[in-house]
Amino acid sequence: MKHSFLDRYREGDSLIHRLDPRLKLLGTLAFILVVTNIPAQGWPAFLLMAGLALLLVRLAEIPLLEALKRSSIALPFAGVVALSVPFTRAGTVLWQARLGSWTLSVTDAGLALFLSVVVKAWLAVLMSGLLVGTTPFPQLLKAMRALHVPAPLVSTISFMYRYLFVLVDEAMRLQTAREARSVGSGRTVWWRAKVLGGMIGSLFIRSYERSERIYAAMLSRGFAGEIRSLEQLTWQRRDWLAGLSWSALLLAAFVLGRLISGGE
Amino acid sequence: MDLAVRVEKLRFAYPDGRVALDGVSFAIAPGEKVAVVGPNGAGKSTLFLHLNGVLHGQNEGRIWVAGVELTDQSLRQVRARVGLVFQDPDDQLFSPTVFEDVAFGPLHMGLPEKEVRRRVTQALAAVGMQGFEDKMPHHLSLGERKRIAIATVLAMEPDILLLDEPSAGLDPRARRNLIQLLQRLPQTMLVASHDMRLVWELCPRTLILDAGRLVADGPTAVLLQDEALMEAHGLEVPILPPAPRPAASIPQTVAAVWK
Repeated sequence: MKHSFLDRYREGDSLIHRLDPRLKLLGTLAFILVVTNIPAQGWPAFLLMAGLALLLVRLAEIPLLEALKRSSIALPFAGVVALSVPFTRAGTVLWQARLGSWTLSVTDAGLALFLSVVVKAWLAVLMSGLLVGTTPFPQLLKAMRALHVPAPLVSTISFMYRYLFVLVDEAMRLQTAREARSVGSGRTVWWRAKVLGGMIGSLFIRSYERSERIYAAMLSRGFAGEIRSLEQLTWQRRDWLAGLSWSALLLAAFVLGRLISGGE
Repeated sequence: MDLAVRVEKLRFAYPDGRVALDGVSFAIAPGEKVAVVGPNGAGKSTLFLHLNGVLHGQNEGRIWVAGVELTDQSLRQVRARVGLVFQDPDDQLFSPTVFEDVAFGPLHMGLPEKEVRRRVTQALAAVGMQGFEDKMPHHLSLGERKRIAIATVLAMEPDILLLDEPSAGLDPRARRNLIQLLQRLPQTMLVASHDMRLVWELCPRTLILDAGRLVADGPTAVLLQDEALMEAHGLEVPILPPAPRPAASIPQTVAAVWK
């Protein structure tokens, strides 16, 4: 299916799949908060967090390799952002290079920080991937609504999700139309850029016109400025149990990280 | 009994000055199924947007729906009675799941939860799409999305259905199923279409619109076979399928080719 790269949800009936989406959303946010607050020296805490994340992947019955592959897409971004860190921290110099009148030196503290940033980014993406991989998107939206995320924000995300697929279809049709008319490869980059600009413009206008039709469809079904919906989420005993254990584990990891870094 | 729809001297121009409807008047009795045909840009879609009040307040002329005149006060009441089904189901289905989409109308009419659920179940059953509640629209075929789009409107239990190009883009089987579905539904219907076979089978009465004017209003059987009238307004007299070729003649032809 051509949309599969957008739709990350995997059918399943694991414990993780069955948990309340509110718990999963909050649990993921809490995990990300804790992991970003572990100091660079807190390696045992990072190990514990990675262990927790991988345990959940296992519980969710998602193939480990697939989870790792998907979460690794974040590494280049985090790496590029944190690239300057190893060179700019004071500490024991591990490696030096001279570039004309410049001296580049990598320090141990800098390297540790760099690695911790990359690990934090990777763990955060791994957990977010787990969340969307085990929760159908409409359930996530319901969870957001139930947790009082501002309604305009939830509606925006909802429309985005719904029309992403329609837009991708439209973009693919435009691309096919371009391919069908561009015979041979003797076209310049400039020509390609111009065509691409036209396609983006055309996509924008189509989306704009569509938004007017959607609004008319909403009006004709009684919309008067406020989206209403029925909540069907039920918090069960297993949600309490899972939520409490998850909180305890996260708290343990947090305290561990603090202790090791000596309350720095 | 009140007329289902009455339109009197409806005139509407878009903000750029283009006149879309130029003094259109007609009346429709309850239970009638009426086709609205005409070339692109004739004003069919604009007419529909007026009948359920989406373009209300920018026109001249008067509109009554089930005896109630369309005014600022009656706007929401009229919208609940008139169900508009858009040509592109992707415009109509804007919620993440089928259930939420079908429930949208009843919820925004302020109905209690139990009634909303009853209507969703009933509307999906009416279009033969039971069990699709948790499906996401982008996982459905066009024919299925068309049916759900009709269900979103049926859930509001309207007296009048306005259908804009219901058969556009459907394959023959989905189209056939849709025509049968529409024939079964008891509501008063206005159907805008270029599909003359659908008009022929579904609607005993036809209105022809051209350049914002109502140029003909009469029995489908008469209007659609009036070649001069149809061609004057950019339409075609529909061709009924020719009798199937006798089966015996086909092998002979094939044999001739192979020799």
